Amino acid sequence: MRIAACCPAAAALGLAPDMMLADARARVPDLIGVAHAPYADHEWLEALADGCGRYTPAVALDPPDGLVLDIAGCTHPFGGERALGVEIEARLARRGILVRWACGETPDAARALSRFQTAAAPDEDAAIRRLPVAALELDDEATTALGRAGLKTVGDLAARPLAMIAARFGGAAVTRIRRILGEEESPLIPRVIAPPMRAERRFAEPVARTDFALEVLGELAGEAMNALAQAGEGGRRFEARFFRSDGQVLRLAIETGQPSRDVKVILRLFRERIDSLADPIDPGFGFDLIRLDVAVAEPLGASQLKLEGGAVAEVEVAVLIDRLSTRLGRGRVRRFVPRDTHIPEQAELLLPAAEAAKPAAWPEPEAGEPPLRPIHLFDPPQPIDHVVSDTPDGPPLRFRWRRTLHEVARMEGPERIAPEWWRRREGANAKGGLTRDYYRIEDVRGRRFWIFRHGLYDEVEQPGWYVHGLFA
Amino acid sequence: MNILAPDSRLWATAGRLAELGQGAGARIPGFGAAALDGAVVGRLPVAALHEIHAAADDAASGAAFALLLAVHALDDGRPILWVRERKSTRALGHIHAPGLAELGVAPARLIHVEADDAVATLRVAADAARCAGLGAVVIEPWGDPPALDLTATRRLMLATQASGVMGVLLRIEARASPSAAQSRWQVRAAPSLALEAEAPGLPAFDVCLLRQRGGIAGIEARLEWNRDEAQFRAQGAGAPLSGAVFPLAADRTAAHPSTA
Repeated sequence: MRIAACCPAAAALGLAPDMMLADARARVPDLIGVAHAPYADHEWLEALADGCGRYTPAVALDPPDGLVLDIAGCTHPFGGERALGVEIEARLARRGILVRWACGETPDAARALSRFQTAAAPDEDAAIRRLPVAALELDDEATTALGRAGLKTVGDLAARPLAMIAARFGGAAVTRIRRILGEEESPLIPRVIAPPMRAERRFAEPVARTDFALEVLGELAGEAMNALAQAGEGGRRFEARFFRSDGQVLRLAIETGQPSRDVKVILRLFRERIDSLADPIDPGFGFDLIRLDVAVAEPLGASQLKLEGGAVAEVEVAVLIDRLSTRLGRGRVRRFVPRDTHIPEQAELLLPAAEAAKPAAWPEPEAGEPPLRPIHLFDPPQPIDHVVSDTPDGPPLRFRWRRTLHEVARMEGPERIAPEWWRRREGANAKGGLTRDYYRIEDVRGRRFWIFRHGLYDEVEQPGWYVHGLFA
Repeated sequence: MNILAPDSRLWATAGRLAELGQGAGARIPGFGAAALDGAVVGRLPVAALHEIHAAADDAASGAAFALLLAVHALDDGRPILWVRERKSTRALGHIHAPGLAELGVAPARLIHVEADDAVATLRVAADAARCAGLGAVVIEPWGDPPALDLTATRRLMLATQASGVMGVLLRIEARASPSAAQSRWQVRAAPSLALEAEAPGLPAFDVCLLRQRGGIAGIEARLEWNRDEAQFRAQGAGAPLSGAVFPLAADRTAAHPSTA
């Protein structure tokens, strides 16, 4: 086990990343080790990026521990680039996070300056040229080679003809140099795509009352709906963000099955979402920014709003499905979708009802036949024992299930369902997967079971018997 | 003139008043069994709450009867919402869509909602009962939840009457408790008429109408469901009886409604 990162106190004691944990423990016996959780770290970084949404919409992640913000045109509320940087540092320091920050003309320059700048410089260009070659983040071999060749800073490297550098270290190194120096464009890929509609309110005095915050959300919803109406669209996914003054962001997202411009419906869905939160909304010291985004919008013409007869019923059912999906979760409100397989437990899928249903055809049963499939299916099938039959591979005459003995009065079968060999890797030569012989059984009392024997007698020594389902 | 003659105006007015007292709207059609139809035809409104009890052993029959009652009562293909408590799915098994198709119910009609506990189930039921776009809502709580009391059933009853949705409350292995439902049924699985080679035949149910608001009760019948004609009928009957049996004795009870 290796050390992934260590705190300044540990670094002062001589520990460094990539050291073996055992060696580190030998040097510092009372070392506290915490498991490295890269996914949790990434989520933490994403939460920070969310919080930086208050400064600029274009925030890019620079994993594992960096963020790049495009602050072009966003600095005036804060009084300049420097003031913005200081404010970010102070705000994160309140949450116990140490920050190194720097501004640059291009994203790569800013990154390199924030990570590697050690000495002060009169201006940005000079600062970049004074960066060590490690700021180019080439592999170790290349960096050592550059050091041995006497090229210690980026400025030294930039003075050399770039063709030579390309010949020795490859085109990637040259691209990096040019990007850091600002000679080549390096686009910033922001994490959040600017949503089509956005309405927000900033407060000079943070809002500490949740009910007032929700009223504000109602007003923002009205504004957003007006904007949607002008664009002839309806929203399908709405996200409300409440930015607390201490940096935390509360995010609520709802979605609807059909595009909607109805403020009452949307607010009702938000209320359902708030009711289903594990903890009530905690404003802390107050919200200083409340924002509503329409993340997904679709065309919704005025003609679609003119409803009569069956269309009204459909819309009402869709609204009900949205409400229940928001309250219980999308996976709890579902519709059946057929699948083309003869394995019974796989013959259907339950998909969220909030998604538009594709018309699908269910297999039609034959006229004049009784039901051949049960209404209730057990997952997994329930084992039965004490099965008595007159021939070894014949149908059961008597069986015991859930501690009750059932005497068979009527029986139909076997219906043989074999495993689907075409889905297995070896194809027709596949081994494994037992054939099932299904029987429709009715006992003396009138209860009807769907029972199968798992495996033929030449496939398996002792085939098991199971109840798979119950008929009406 | 004999005022009790079937063609007298008084008789017709009494019939209309009885219908108004029971609530306007569509009625559940007959089942094809003489004794049961006498008590039920023209009396059970579709837009009301109906309660179905079944033992745990007959859970599949109870569930099927609940669904088929809704399908039998609704004449168009409106959607049916089935809300189950999670414990029901664990104990009784999943609803199998090919099985629904085999009973003649289009699986695409069903909206399947799973709720965590009884209170959540009843909340979903209350919301669904107010949605006029649905045809029916089948509510399946587990056991005897304390939340399902007279107030809850009365709220459901009012909601279904206002919106026109049919409510079917399916109670598996539950004790009979005071309820404001319009009718209460007990369902058991019954032996079917064998097809050739002793094969199990059409699904058969022993139903008993335990209680009916403003009507007689305690009627039993053995019904079977014919998928091809989408109708109930008495087991063994060749063709279903027409529902136009004029119930003399039942009308007298309606004139003096019994406290159900």
